[in-house]
Amino acid sequence: MLIARVIGEVVATQKHPSHKGRKALLVQPLNLDGSNRGDAVIALDAVDAGAGDRVLLATEGFSAMTSVGRPQSPIDMAVVGFVDEIELSGL
Amino acid sequence: MILGRVVGSVWSTMKASNLDGQRLLIVQPLTAELKNTGKRVICTDATGAGAGELVYWCRGRESSFPFLPKEVPTDATIVAIIDSVDVRAK
Amino acid sequence: MILARVVGTVVATRKDPRLEGKKLLILKPVSPEGKDEAGYVVAVDTVSAGYREKVIAVSGSSARMAEGCKDVPVDTAIIGIVDDVQLDEK
Repeated sequence: MLIARVIGEVVATQKHPSHKGRKALLVQPLNLDGSNRGDAVIALDAVDAGAGDRVLLATEGFSAMTSVGRPQSPIDMAVVGFVDEIELSGL
Repeated sequence: MILGRVVGSVWSTMKASNLDGQRLLIVQPLTAELKNTGKRVICTDATGAGAGELVYWCRGRESSFPFLPKEVPTDATIVAIIDSVDVRAK
Repeated sequence: MILARVVGTVVATRKDPRLEGKKLLILKPVSPEGKDEAGYVVAVDTVSAGYREKVIAVSGSSARMAEGCKDVPVDTAIIGIVDDVQLDEK
């Protein structure tokens, strides 16, 4: 999983049925220092997150599919939690 | 999933039999600002997307799931045609 | 999936028994315009591709959905020979 920030949302009418009824969030993965880690990605929302939220991003199929309750679906990323606080002691 | 734009297609006669009937589209990955980023990939399509359309696509084995029970050997599939992108926080 | 060009073969006598009888080809990734890209990959051939041919390769666990690759330790498989690449823009 990665730490990420929700930066927006995409709207798509024509999409795979397994994506219907779930927000498709535009999410920017972050490094531990808070800087951007690569490009923004699209993740389905499992926790009702919104723009500005700092979240946990599952970046692998099984965790993503099951967290949004759509097994055997073409879903490779999902927002699975909110990050309240990060404590770094070993850096 | 990753934002992208359909920029072309690939034609192949000699291919895995489970790929028969699949369109193979060339997709350019995009940033949230819709700028090109990274290498273009070949995607199968689960939506009926066409030239120039803004889409998002799924990577990995999950990308073959729209075609179940047929086992389509794909690692990238277009799963949505995007109407609009709304960037609010940055 | 990516586009690639067959640039060689690998012969491996001692290998995982599940790889026996599989043709291993060395691929160089190419752009849709046909330009070579960085890196290389060794792939299992499932469509009888030949030297210098332009092919489509699938990677990751999806490679095991290619013909004859079920439960085979393979992470890249050639699943199509390219007839034509059509780019819409430019």
